[in-house]
Amino acid sequence: MIGVTHYLVVSAILFTLGVLGIFMNRKNLIVILMAIELILLSVNLNLVAFSAALGDLVGQVFAMFVLTVAAGEAAIGLAILVIYFRGRGTISVDDVNRMKG
Amino acid sequence: MIQILAFYLFAAVVIASAAMTILSRNPVHSVLWLILAFFNAAGLMVLAGAEFIAMLLVIVYVGAVAVLFLFVVMMLNIDFAELRAGVMRYAAVGVALAIALVAEIIIAIGAWSAGGLQMGRRIAPIDESLPNIEAVGQLLYTRYLFVFEAAGLVLLVAMIGAIVLTHRERSGVRPQNISRQINRRSKDATRNMQPPVGEGVEL
Repeated sequence: MIGVTHYLVVSAILFTLGVLGIFMNRKNLIVILMAIELILLSVNLNLVAFSAALGDLVGQVFAMFVLTVAAGEAAIGLAILVIYFRGRGTISVDDVNRMKG
Repeated sequence: MIQILAFYLFAAVVIASAAMTILSRNPVHSVLWLILAFFNAAGLMVLAGAEFIAMLLVIVYVGAVAVLFLFVVMMLNIDFAELRAGVMRYAAVGVALAIALVAEIIIAIGAWSAGGLQMGRRIAPIDESLPNIEAVGQLLYTRYLFVFEAAGLVLLVAMIGAIVLTHRERSGVRPQNISRQINRRSKDATRNMQPPVGEGVEL
């Protein structure tokens, strides 16, 4: 029988893969944005799994909100990427050091 | 039985395609693997009974976000071979962090499923007689109306932000000036005159 634990394990692995993606691709900003999308996807999976397990619909409403924020984040992130590439001609993470942060 | 089979199929494919997303050499392939991961996550959500979120995932992620990624990957003319050069430099740190993270989460799940955590009362209990979309809609347009409006505001700000960020004024071109076109009247543009024969007109 598939329980909520199975869903949680899947989403934990997905979350970890997202974090790993951020660490491994230090050269390519686009793949880092995709890894962030994976992390948000795993959060959504968690919300939906708990919503189904607890019999409470609120989790799905907030999954929709997370989805909206993820879409906005992707749009803004890619826009920043595009203007950055236009100015510097690279999207390597190691070169993003103008602001000395 | 078919549900268990479907769960393991979707779960295996979502994890495999997520791994391929972060591992594949070509960002275009990464985007395509990401699309596969989203589709299979939508399948998992359908299995959990959340049809609305699953459809939203397919429409928003696959239809909009993934295509946006694909556009940007194709638009930026990047030497990808050079990008892959130092990939494995931080891999050890990343793998150590990942192992720690997944161990922590699985311990937390084990502790949670062992019971003892008292959940509060249900805010919106799932009514089995209603379809999922209808139930979500009823909740979304009544109790969570402000959340819904805030989601719309977030999307509006993201849209305006993306346009403002990527818009550029180009000099040296003569774009259409719509307000000038609309303001132009025929009496400003044409003149009636009766020139004398043999003298021509002064323009």
